Amino acid sequence: MAPSTSSAITLNINGEKYPLSVDHRTTLLDALRERLDLTGTKKGCDQGQCGACTVLVDGRRAVSCLQLAVAAEGREITTIEGVAEGERLHPVQQAFLDLDGYQCGYCTPGQICSAVAMIEEHAAGWPSAATDDVRPEAGPPSLTADEIRERMSGNLCRCGAYASIVQAVARAASAPARSDGRTGVAHTEETVA
Amino acid sequence: MSTATTRATPAPAGSVGTARTRVEGRDKVTGAARYAGEVPFADLAHGWLVLSTVARGRILSIDSGAALALPGVLTVLHHGNAPRVDVDFVGLLGTRPDPTCALFQHDRVPHMGWPVALVVAETSEQAREAAETLVVQYEKEDHDVAFSAAHPDAYAMDGVMPAVTGKGDLDAEIAASATVVDAEYTTPEEHHNPMEPHAATARWDDGRLEVVDSNQGAGWVQGELAKLFQMDPSAVRVRSEHVGGGFGSKGVRAHQVAAVMAATALQRPVRVVLTRRQMFTLIGYRSPTVQQVRLGADADGRLRALEHRSLSVTSTVHEFVEPAAGVARAMYDADAHHTANRVVRLDVPTPTWMRAPGEAPGSFALESALDELAEGCGIDPVELRLRNEPDRGPVSGLPFASHNLRACFQEGARRFGWAERDPRPGLRREGRWLLGTGTAAASFPAGAAPSTAVATAEPDGSFTVRIAAADIGTGARTALTQVAADALAVPPDRVRVRIGDSDFGPAMIAGGSMGTRSWAWAVTAAAEELRERLALGSDIPAEGITVRSDTSAAVGALARKERHAYGAQFAEVAVDVTTGEVRVRRMLGVFAAGRIVNPLTARSQLTGGMIWGISMALHEESVRDPATGGHVGADLAGYHVATHADVPLVEADWVDDPDPDDPVGIKGIGEIGIVGAAAAIANAVWHATGVRHRHLPIRPDRVLAAGTGAPRA
Repeated sequence: MAPSTSSAITLNINGEKYPLSVDHRTTLLDALRERLDLTGTKKGCDQGQCGACTVLVDGRRAVSCLQLAVAAEGREITTIEGVAEGERLHPVQQAFLDLDGYQCGYCTPGQICSAVAMIEEHAAGWPSAATDDVRPEAGPPSLTADEIRERMSGNLCRCGAYASIVQAVARAASAPARSDGRTGVAHTEETVA
Repeated sequence: MSTATTRATPAPAGSVGTARTRVEGRDKVTGAARYAGEVPFADLAHGWLVLSTVARGRILSIDSGAALALPGVLTVLHHGNAPRVDVDFVGLLGTRPDPTCALFQHDRVPHMGWPVALVVAETSEQAREAAETLVVQYEKEDHDVAFSAAHPDAYAMDGVMPAVTGKGDLDAEIAASATVVDAEYTTPEEHHNPMEPHAATARWDDGRLEVVDSNQGAGWVQGELAKLFQMDPSAVRVRSEHVGGGFGSKGVRAHQVAAVMAATALQRPVRVVLTRRQMFTLIGYRSPTVQQVRLGADADGRLRALEHRSLSVTSTVHEFVEPAAGVARAMYDADAHHTANRVVRLDVPTPTWMRAPGEAPGSFALESALDELAEGCGIDPVELRLRNEPDRGPVSGLPFASHNLRACFQEGARRFGWAERDPRPGLRREGRWLLGTGTAAASFPAGAAPSTAVATAEPDGSFTVRIAAADIGTGARTALTQVAADALAVPPDRVRVRIGDSDFGPAMIAGGSMGTRSWAWAVTAAAEELRERLALGSDIPAEGITVRSDTSAAVGALARKERHAYGAQFAEVAVDVTTGEVRVRRMLGVFAAGRIVNPLTARSQLTGGMIWGISMALHEESVRDPATGGHVGADLAGYHVATHADVPLVEADWVDDPDPDDPVGIKGIGEIGIVGAAAAIANAVWHATGVRHRHLPIRPDRVLAAGTGAPRA
C-alpha cells in the first residue's frame, strides 16, 4: 500500500473549527487561501521573506507560508478575518484606515496582524534591536517610532506606506483596550512627525 | 417606484481637495478585498509555468510523460502543442507587444527564465511537482549578458521620444566654460516587485472569454488578449477589481496568456500565478543604465553646455529603451544641448516601464551632475537650479503650460532649513556618523489620454459611475468618487464608482502618471452632462438615466506645450564611517503637481515615490551571473527593497499648481515622487563624506572603498 500523502486534520481558525483533508505539502497559507476561502492572508513571496502572509499562531506572529497545514493542527490561528470584533474594527485596523496606512492593500493584512502581535510583544517587555536598555528590570522601552520601525521590519510594503503605517501602529498602541483586553498597552506615546 | 431627482439638492462644498479615507479601505483592512488570485471559481485548475534553465539556445525536446503520469495532472502545454497567437499588432499604447507574452510559439530560448511549458493540474501542489518533474533538453548556445558602456553593438533608439537631440557646438561651449563637470553615472537593473504576484484566472463563459486578472488597465489587457488570440474584443472580458501594486509591470504577461491557452484546452477555469522568483524574468524590469553627463557653465552658473548620453539594455526579441537622457530636454537649457538614448541587445529579458521610466535613473545622473557643478562654481545647489530655469522647452521650443519649480524649492528650502546649511563637505560628525544634506530637482510629464466613462442617476437618488480605471494603490477609486461628486454637485457618499472591468469601455491605463487625470476628465464630462440632463427636471425611470462620455476630441485638442509636474527633493543622511552604512535621517519633497484631489492619499503616493528613491539610492540592485546568464538571489532576500527600519521621517507637501488646461486641474502624482530622490540622497552622502558616489546603490562596501574626504577629527 502506497504511503498516504494526505491527512485529515482540524484547524482552529478565528475560534472556529475547520475539518479538512490536506496534501502534506500544503502550507498553512495555501490551506487558508485555496481550501478554506480565507483569502485575506496574502501570498507575496511564498518564501518567508515579505511578511504578507503573517497570521497569529497561539497569539504570536508567524509567516504562514513557512508552516505546513498539518503542523498547525492544535494551534489557535488568528487571521485578518478574525482580528475585528464583528463589525467593530480592531484599533490597528481603524488606525490603518484613518491614517492611510496602506496603498494597494496587499501587504496590509500581514502588517495589521504583525502590528497586533507586536504591540503585545512590546507590552510584555520584549526588547528589539532598537532598544537601548535591554535589562529585564528596565521594563518595556518607550514605543518610539524607531522601535515600531524595527519591530515591523519583517513586513515589506512595496508601495512605501511606511510613514503612515508607523503612525497607525503608534496610534493603535495608545488606543483603549478592546473588550477582550488584547491591546491597549501602557507606553509612552511619542509623535512620529 | 421612486422618482427621485437631484433638483432639490443644494450644491455641497467641493469634495475635491479634501482628505477622504479610501472607499475600499474597510475591505482592505479586514481582508475582504479580493485580489485576482482570490476570486473563487468552481472546478478551478491550477497552472504552473516552467522556465528555461539556459540563457540562449534551442529546445531539443520536452518529455511530458512522467509529468502527465503524476496524480492530478491535466495537461502540459509547450511549443509543440500550444495554439498559435498573433503578435503582429500595435496595442492601445501605440507599441507592439513584447513577444515574451507570445507563449510557446517556437523552440528558441532568448534568455534565462524564458517560459517553455505550462503544467496544469487539479491543485497547485500537483502542478508544481509536475513542473519540477518535466524534463526539457536544450541545445545551449553562448550567451552575452555583459552590459557595459563599451559594448560595441550599442545603437540609438527612438522610444516614446526621439533617441537623439542636439543643438550647438558642445566642445566649443565646454572650452569656453568657467566650470566643467564630466562624469559617468550608473544605475543597476531594478525590479518592480509589487507585493501581489501577477495572477490570472481564465474561463470560457457561454462563448465569451473571461479573465480575472491583476493589471493596470482591464481594457488594455482585454484588447491585447483579443488581438493575440484573434478574437473580437467584445468576446473578451477582463476584470481587475483590486490590484496589489503594479509600478509598470502589470500589462499583458505570460500568466494571462497561459491561463487562456489552458482554459481553452481544458474547457474549465485555469488560474496561473507567478512565483516571486518567476517575476524576476517574466514581468519586465528597469534596465541598468550607464550615463555620461558633461556640463559646462559660466562663472555665474549659467549653463553653456549640457550633454547627457544614456545606454540601457534591451532583449533580442523586443526593443525597449529606458530614456534616461530625456529628462534634460525639459529641465535645463544650454547654448550647446545634446542628449542621446542608446540601447544594446543582450540575451536577457525585455525591460519595461518601471515607476518614472527615464526620469528616475536620468535624474540621478543629471541632478548629481548639477550638484557637482554647484560645488565647482561655488554656488548654492538650489540657486544654481533656479538660475537655469528655462523659459521655453529647451529642445521643443514650446512654451510651458505651467512651471512652478521655483515655488517648490523656495517652500522646500524654508521648511528643510536649507539656509543654515554650510556647503562645505565632510564637516559634521556625530560619533561614528558623518552627516550631510542634499537636494535635487524633479520633473515628470503631465499628460492625458482619451477615456470613456458612464454616469448613471439611479432611481434611489444615488449615482453610479463606471469606468475601466485601475486602482493599483493610487487611491484612484476614491479620487474619482470625489471628482464625480463635485461634477454632480452631490456629496461623495451618494456616488458609487465602479472600476476594473473592460466592459465599462475604453480608458487610459494606470500608467505614465496619466491614469487619474485621464479618468477624471471622462468622469467629469459624463457627470456634468448628467447633471445638466437632471436639471431639466425629468423623473428618473427604473433603469436610471445614463450618460456616456468620450474625451478623445477634448484631449486631442490640447495645445502642444511643455506640460510637467515639478518637485524639489531634500534629504539628510548619516554615514557610518566604520561600516559604510548610509542611513537617511529625514526627507522632504515639495511638489507642484497639479490640483491635489485627495490630500490623504496623495501624500501617501508622493511619500511612496520618495521611499522608492531611498530604496533606489541605497538598496535595490539585481545582480546577473555572467556564467549562467541568470540572476543571483532572485527573491526578496537577495533583492533588497526598503523596509520599515530603512525609512525615517519622510514628508511630502505641495504648492498650489492647478493644471490650466485640465477640467479638474490634475497633473498626476504617481511618479514625480521618485524623481530626483536618489540624487538628493547621493548629494547628501557627498556633503557628509566629501566623496562623490556615482554608482547606485550606495552600498556599504562602496562607501568603505571610497573612503571619506573628511578631515580626521
